[in-house]
Amino acid sequence: MIADGSEDEEKWLAAGAAAFKQNAFYMQRAIDSNNLKDALKYSAQMLSELRTSKLSPHKYYDLYMRAFDELRKLEIFFLEETRRGCSVIELYELVQHAGNILPRLYLLCTAGSVYIKTKEAPAKEILKDLVEMCRGIQHPLRGLFLRSYLAQISRDKLPDIGSEYEGDADTVTDAVEFVLLNFTEMNKLWVRMQHQGPAREKERRDKERGELRDLVGKNLHVLSQLEGVDLDMYRDTVLPRVLEQIVNCRDEIAQYYLIDCIIQVFPDEYHLQTLDVLLGACPQLQPSVDIMTVLSRLMERLSNYAALNAEVLPYFLQVEAFSKLNNAIGKVIEAQEDMPILSAVTLYSSLLKFTLHVHPDRLDYADQVLGSCVKQLSGKGKIDDTRATKELVSLLSAPLEKYNDVVTALKLTNYPLVVEYLDTETKRIMATVIIRSIMKNNTLITTAEKVEALFELIKGLISDLDEPQGLEVDEDDFEEEQNSVARLIHMLYNDDPEEMFKIVSILKKHFLTGGPKRLKFTIPPLVVSTLKAIASGRRQSFWKEASVTATKIFQFLNQIIEALPNVPSPDLAFRLYLQCAEAANKCDEEPIAYEFFTQAYILYEEEISDSKAQVTALQLIIGTLQRMHVFGVENRDTLTHKATGYSAKLLKKPDQCRAVYACSHLFWLEDRETIQDGERVLLCLKRALKIANSAQQMANTARGSTGSVTLFIEILNKYLYFYQKGVPQITVESVESLIKLIKNEESMPSDPSAESFFASTLQFMEFEKQKEGAIGERYQEIKV
Amino acid sequence: MVLVLALGDLHVPHRAADLPPKFKSMLVPGKIQHIICTGNLCIKEIHDYLKTICPDLHIVRGEFDEDARYPENKTLTIGQFKLGLCHGHQVIPWGDLDSLAMLQRQLGVDILVTGHTHQFTAYKHEGGVVINPGSATGAYSSINQDVNPSFVLMDIDGFRAVVYVYELIDGEVKVDKIEFKKPPTTNSAP
Repeated sequence: MIADGSEDEEKWLAAGAAAFKQNAFYMQRAIDSNNLKDALKYSAQMLSELRTSKLSPHKYYDLYMRAFDELRKLEIFFLEETRRGCSVIELYELVQHAGNILPRLYLLCTAGSVYIKTKEAPAKEILKDLVEMCRGIQHPLRGLFLRSYLAQISRDKLPDIGSEYEGDADTVTDAVEFVLLNFTEMNKLWVRMQHQGPAREKERRDKERGELRDLVGKNLHVLSQLEGVDLDMYRDTVLPRVLEQIVNCRDEIAQYYLIDCIIQVFPDEYHLQTLDVLLGACPQLQPSVDIMTVLSRLMERLSNYAALNAEVLPYFLQVEAFSKLNNAIGKVIEAQEDMPILSAVTLYSSLLKFTLHVHPDRLDYADQVLGSCVKQLSGKGKIDDTRATKELVSLLSAPLEKYNDVVTALKLTNYPLVVEYLDTETKRIMATVIIRSIMKNNTLITTAEKVEALFELIKGLISDLDEPQGLEVDEDDFEEEQNSVARLIHMLYNDDPEEMFKIVSILKKHFLTGGPKRLKFTIPPLVVSTLKAIASGRRQSFWKEASVTATKIFQFLNQIIEALPNVPSPDLAFRLYLQCAEAANKCDEEPIAYEFFTQAYILYEEEISDSKAQVTALQLIIGTLQRMHVFGVENRDTLTHKATGYSAKLLKKPDQCRAVYACSHLFWLEDRETIQDGERVLLCLKRALKIANSAQQMANTARGSTGSVTLFIEILNKYLYFYQKGVPQITVESVESLIKLIKNEESMPSDPSAESFFASTLQFMEFEKQKEGAIGERYQEIKV
Repeated sequence: MVLVLALGDLHVPHRAADLPPKFKSMLVPGKIQHIICTGNLCIKEIHDYLKTICPDLHIVRGEFDEDARYPENKTLTIGQFKLGLCHGHQVIPWGDLDSLAMLQRQLGVDILVTGHTHQFTAYKHEGGVVINPGSATGAYSSINQDVNPSFVLMDIDGFRAVVYVYELIDGEVKVDKIEFKKPPTTNSAP
């Protein structure tokens, strides 16, 4: 049927076009021979084709455009006729002889246009006559196009201010009256279309009406272009009349389109000054009208207006734009009980953006909007509409983008309540957005209260408790997110150790309950933050009289690191224990430092089994222990004894050797007379030599080659080191014999890097010999 | 003339959020020919960031680096200089110049670059130079208090090296310069 219909239509259009063309041809011929009578006859016949009701609006428009072009020619001909002496009044009468009403009215409008141009009668009289006469066509499609023709030809002839048609009798009021009347009639025709034809064709009809809407809207555009329509005229006449028509027509399509049209064509300044009226009309519209979109666009326009013109901001305050919009939205939402959540969120999102732009200093407004939003969301559970979720994220991001400062957003008490309505996945996304904003703007969060509020917002990244089953987060994404949380921790800082301790306590609470897989990311920065607080407290000599004692903080550290080996991240825990030990050392807390070392040793013994990891771990033990001054003789002996024991038990001989000679540094500290035990230094070095020997023998047996002499040269360097420091047990003889030993080994074929190492060691000794004073003298004793 | 960026001990995200923005704006791609990094980056993002500044990137492993592909130490030749790179936690006592000089002799390098102490140092002696670029993020250290973020740029031209150290002190970048000439006749070569 539909296919038939459109085929039919094509046929009709073809037939109509042919007849149209023929008559247009004859009309032109009559014009060329200045035959007014024939011109009228053929033009009337040509225009008769517009009487068809077989065409869709789209095709009818094609035909109309052709007629329009032909009528332009006819109008010029009319004008020439009047110049040739034909009275325009007579012409105006003459065209009315056409037999059919539709051609007659087209011709009348054309003649009317010429009539106005000649100024033989006031424009308003003629316009009024034309707009009234057009009532003769009540068929919606034909009437709409006829009136559209009238609007088009009259556009440049309206008695607007400054127009040549303005006069004593003709004022802009007449122009406005004329356009309003035409608009009203057109809208009625347009609305009536809805009630023609069977209900089952509603969809097609809606589409066709959509195609015609611009014909009606054009009138509003004309009004907005009139010079004479100033704010007063707009407020007192134009807006009330237009709204009256919109409200009274009770048609969903017309109301939605025309309200939006008003918002788009008239200046922002007018909207601002007539907000009451415009918003007052909203609840009176049909319930099915998509008022959210309309209001959103209005707010968007006003926001942009405010953003671009700072000088208009006082007017916004003066007319109380925010509270008016807020009320209007409340009423609209109230009136529509089953409003989809997307629409409500969109509305609040627009309102929030509006108030952020227009009243950046009024945080209470923003909070109020969020509060209304929460009220709307309450009882609806988590949002599962993805578009609504997206809009909610946009709403929540707005304050962050506006203020570039999360601290401001944290003041919004309703903010976290809105976040609650996001699903787990979106909460994570939102948390990432918040963290990114903090990092980008380098925002420091300085109080425990704010940290607590912030963590409420970014819960999605901190805890995995309510994660739905089966939802696997990509591992790389997870790592990236957790690293961003780790980075965030460095932005939570206060110089005051007491406040800082509160902050880290909050972090501890959240991290330890957030699930084990996050700990390896979050614990290290938390430990570092705490150590920083300890250091800054020590600088301020804070710990002496504080309520929070350093001891307590060290206990706190112990508790958080304890969680790591189970994760399992023993390597990380091991390193953190040593860091803490050194911090305790600086605070002169011997038992605590000892405890940390014990923990590190236990991890070394029980958890670190990879031989390469053991080498590094032992370097860290020796390196840290070498720096510790807090230990008394007994504790120190225990720890150093253990460390040398570990060294001798490493898997590879060269690693053993190096660890053992490194231990020599545990027994001789230049600046501490209590730790200068030359015997044990010598013991370590001798032991290292022994291991180097056996390493070489092993290489001999296993590979049939002499092992490298490098270890001996390294030990020689250590001998020289302690010899130079004046360790009495390191004698000239021992150095000399070691050099001799290396020289013997060197005579065998060996590797060039060892040779070069030895050469530069000897060269170093030469340099030292040249030095003045004690060092030079000591080196001069050595005979190479 | 070759520009070499030396930096390390960033400890992101364990001890710092990121490099200071002032440093980031100075370190633009295309100006630097080599980067030598003393380790402790610690995450891949930092590795990727350094790659954007200069693709020729040499990294040694710090004790917090999980990436096991980084070596313990590394040597490379730039201009007439032999450079050695090592994080430094392996050299005990930490930061001790005499002990570092031993490593320098062992590696046979003119310039030894190490980290770990988070304290910028440049030390000239008969056998060459020992440089520590400090921590590029000013990361917390149990060795040094009040760490200022710092890095080092080396301008190497034949036998001449100019070492610029950039330090961020109270929000301002301070630059210091140390010149070093390699004696043209070295008898260290075998």
